[in-house]
Amino acid sequence: MPAFVKQNIAGWGGWPRVECAVYRPEKRRALAEAIACGDWPHYIARGLGRSYGDAAVNPGGGVINTTRLDRMLSFDEQAGVLECEAGVSLEDILETFVPRGWFLPVTPGTKFVTVGGAIANDVHGKNHHVDGSFGEHVLRFTLLTPNGDILPCSPSENDDVFWATVGGVGLTGVILTAAIRLQPISSAYIKVDYRRCANIDAALAAIRETDDAYKYSVAWVDCLSRGAKLGRSVLMSGDHIAGRDLPVQYGHALTIPKKFQPNVPFNLPGFLLNPLFIGTFNSLFYAVHPSKQGQIVDYDSYFYPLDKIHNWNRGYGKDGFSQYQATFPHSGVEGLVKLLEKLSASGRASFLAVLKRMGPGSKGLLSHPIDGWTLTLDIPVKGGLMPFLHECDDLVAQYGGRLYTAKDATTRAEVFAAMYPRLGEFQAIKAKLDPAGKLSSRLARRCGIVEGPVGP
Amino acid sequence: MSDSVALTTVAAPVSGPGTVLVLGVTSAIARAVAAEFARHGHDLIVASRDIEETNAIASDLAVRHGVRVVAKLFEAEAFGTHAAFVDECVRDAAVLDGVVIAFGFMDEQSVAQAKFDVARRTVDVNVAAVMSVCERFAPHLERARRGFIAGVSSVAGDRGRQSNYIYGASKAAMSAYLQGLRNRLHAARVHVATIKPGFVDTKMTWGLPLPGPLVATPERAARDIYHAIAAKKDVTYVPWFWRYIMLIIRAVPEWQFKKMKM
Repeated sequence: MPAFVKQNIAGWGGWPRVECAVYRPEKRRALAEAIACGDWPHYIARGLGRSYGDAAVNPGGGVINTTRLDRMLSFDEQAGVLECEAGVSLEDILETFVPRGWFLPVTPGTKFVTVGGAIANDVHGKNHHVDGSFGEHVLRFTLLTPNGDILPCSPSENDDVFWATVGGVGLTGVILTAAIRLQPISSAYIKVDYRRCANIDAALAAIRETDDAYKYSVAWVDCLSRGAKLGRSVLMSGDHIAGRDLPVQYGHALTIPKKFQPNVPFNLPGFLLNPLFIGTFNSLFYAVHPSKQGQIVDYDSYFYPLDKIHNWNRGYGKDGFSQYQATFPHSGVEGLVKLLEKLSASGRASFLAVLKRMGPGSKGLLSHPIDGWTLTLDIPVKGGLMPFLHECDDLVAQYGGRLYTAKDATTRAEVFAAMYPRLGEFQAIKAKLDPAGKLSSRLARRCGIVEGPVGP
Repeated sequence: MSDSVALTTVAAPVSGPGTVLVLGVTSAIARAVAAEFARHGHDLIVASRDIEETNAIASDLAVRHGVRVVAKLFEAEAFGTHAAFVDECVRDAAVLDGVVIAFGFMDEQSVAQAKFDVARRTVDVNVAAVMSVCERFAPHLERARRGFIAGVSSVAGDRGRQSNYIYGASKAAMSAYLQGLRNRLHAARVHVATIKPGFVDTKMTWGLPLPGPLVATPERAARDIYHAIAAKKDVTYVPWFWRYIMLIIRAVPEWQFKKMKM
């Protein structure tokens, strides 16, 4: 019998926090039984819980934690293809394969996500402008469909289900196993060039100019600065450094030194999040990053600076925060500047924001990335946030932009439909795979991907 | 890690780590213990009654740690199959370093009280099958004059409590059995380790309203178990503080204990 237990759970942003019935199967058969048991009207799979909003919470239904279904099944040393269960984390993959000379094809800003979550949100990273999103490096996966079948999917087999599942936030089935192509590396280090940009226009220009020369690129933006300094940034562009080019003092090229990992043991008080404190932090960040070339940084520090502080989300206090990520097409870049102006003027302090140029999107029907620009920031949850975010949503939609399901907790259904024009195609495939509506989440109902009340 | 092992064995005439057998490998603790031995360079034979899951775990251990892992079917209650199973394991393991007995059975106390079949199954798996397997491995290890048998018992066996006494009684029997076996095999330089886990974050404790700091991750428990075996500890509580919790629980006089709701 699957043992569902009532728990109050939230996404990484800590808001909204809702009661769900959670079960953590340790065997594949137990996972299938949990969905078949009918104890709850609907279910959603949840990995490491790093989606910020409500993609993996399901009030009034079941949540199936997949983290114990995390077996690596095979590795092809020639092709670099790893076949594993969906609960395997990116951290596990890095720990196992970096020392053997392989790296993730695409990684988001945290390694504490599962392979299943990376596919379901079609995550992207600092190399999106070159390599696209995670789903484009998945050769195939097996999907446990809502009626209990195990469906093999790839870009050439059941391709409609494949591209509905890539970015499909868990609504087409539960991914059981996936084959991913890793990329070869000869060192665990990245060579980074830093460029200071005095404001948002300078940042956009610098990215346009230099992006093609680098595999990885991202700019950290001080979104509290205003006027002529609005959007002053530090652009960080990097490439894997070849093992033979790594100076000898780094020792073995494929291993990096173990680092101390501090923890935030409890929620910090909210008053720390005042504009003065955050403004000072952001200014300091700008000050300590002058333009310089060829800095050698280990992959952990380059890709996962926040992972070094366990539970960093508690820094935003018990009310949590909303992470807001909007991507605009090239034609709508003015909207991005307007959004930045709006946030800066509102004084809703955020630590550094992130700006990145995106490459063309994948074929995922609900996949987030589109060719253009993306801006990401954290906004603490406090009075009047919801109406403010809804204004922001309207602005984003007006410029042809879209929000990201992995981050989102607030978008309304009508805005979501405008942002994702292929929603109808997705719903048609979903209706075929899941006529009884067995897979659902708070996000799915809130955004109108499926019908039903948001709460219980 | 495994690189340095390979380097040190170049000069040494003795072979590196041998094979470790883990029975009941589908439990979260057992899987983590197997991973801990693999990380230290041991080849593995892993077994459970669920061959599909055992195959997945075997692949995982081999991919992650680059050691040789063989998956086998093992059914604790099929006593008639044990002799052949043990012979096969001994044959497959070129050098058998030891056996980890991690299979077990527990149902809810109320069910075990009401249904004798369940109570009997608890004893069959946790006691009779442990004896059946250990008695068959013991002569091999005795002859080799090396190796270990590690049995995963439970703190539940340290004192009978109304909430869990049928499972507890089976684990008490298992602990006493391992004690005697340790005494017998000591002369042959074969070590017997009794492992008594408290709360570990597994299927068994999922959803129980337990205070977080009392619950260990399977990985943490596995590290403790590996070190206990490597250091030839006789009885090990996992995590260590359970020794003191159980010391207190055992110290309560019976006339008082029988009145308590535990």
